Amino acid sequence: MRNSFILILIVAFGIMLYGLFDAFSGNEQLSELAKYYAQKENIEKVQAANLVTAVVVTYRGLDTLGEVTILFLTAAIIGFFLHNKEEKRFLRENSEIFITAAKLLIPIIILLGVYIFINGHLTPGGGFQGGAVIASAVILMILAFPEREFNSKFFTYLESASGTIFVLLAALGAIIGSGFLDNAIVPMGTFGKLVSAGVIPIIYSFVGLKVGSELSNILGNFKAVQSDN
Amino acid sequence: MNYLIISILLGIIILIMAGIAIYHKESLVAIIATGVVGLFASVLYLLLAAPDVAMTEAAIGSGLSTIIFFYVLNKIRSDKTKDGSLKTKDGRQKTEV
Repeated sequence: MRNSFILILIVAFGIMLYGLFDAFSGNEQLSELAKYYAQKENIEKVQAANLVTAVVVTYRGLDTLGEVTILFLTAAIIGFFLHNKEEKRFLRENSEIFITAAKLLIPIIILLGVYIFINGHLTPGGGFQGGAVIASAVILMILAFPEREFNSKFFTYLESASGTIFVLLAALGAIIGSGFLDNAIVPMGTFGKLVSAGVIPIIYSFVGLKVGSELSNILGNFKAVQSDN
Repeated sequence: MNYLIISILLGIIILIMAGIAIYHKESLVAIIATGVVGLFASVLYLLLAAPDVAMTEAAIGSGLSTIIFFYVLNKIRSDKTKDGSLKTKDGRQKTEV
C-alpha cells in the first residue's frame, strides 16, 4: 500500500518533469549578462584567460568572500563541537604497499593542488578545487601515518592569515583601485601568461590555502575524536 | 552521439550505486557506494564540459566525504560499544541503517 503511494508519487513527478525536459532547448546565444562578461574590451580589462575565474574572483568576488566565510564557519563549528581529546590508540600497522604509495603520492598531489590554484586564471580550476586537492593529500597523510600528531595550530594560523590577506587585498582595491576587489592594483602583465590578470592569481592562491587548511582542519578534528572499539 | 551513450551509461551506474547506498544493510558498503557515486558523477561533469565542478566533485565527493563518513561510522560504533549495547557474536559492531 505504502509502496504503491510512493510509486504513484514518483510517476507523477516524472510526468511533471517530463514537460520541462521536453520543452528544453539549449541556448543558441549568450544571455545578456554572459555577453557582458565575454565582451572583448571587458576581457582585455580583466586579462584572465579563464573567464570563469574572472567572474568568480572579480565580478562576483563578494560572493566568493561569502562562500569562504561559510566554509570558515563550518570548520569553526566542527572544531567547537569536536574538541581535541586525543586518546592513545592501538592501531593496526598499515600495509607496506600503502605506506610506500602514500610517500610517493603525497608530494605529487600537493604539487597538483598548488598548480591548480596558481593557474586558476589560465586553466580550469582555482582556489576551491586546489584547496580540496591539497586536503585530500592531507587525509592521505593522516591515514598513512596515524601515529604522528596532526598539527592543527599550523593550519589554523595559515587559514586566518590567508583569510586576512584576502580581505586586505580586496579592501586595497577599494582604496587605490576603482572598487572593492578591483584587480588592477598590481601590474596586469600579458594575457595568457602566469603573471597576468592583476590580483586574481594572488587572491586565488590565498583562497586555495584557506580552503585547503580549513578542510584539513575538519579532517584533523574528526581524526582527533576517534577512539578504539 | 558517443558522448551521449557514455553519459547515459554513467547515469545508470550512478543510479544503481545510489540505490545500493540507500538500501544496503552493511554501512561500509553503503559508504563505498556513495563514494563511487561521486567518482562517476565527476566523470559525467567532465563529459558535460564542466571541469571545474568535476575537480571539486572528485576531491570532495569521492575523497573527503567518504573518509568523513568512515570516521563518523567508527565514532558511532565505538560510542555504542562503551554502552555495551548492540554487540554481535564475533565482537564486531552490528550497525543499523
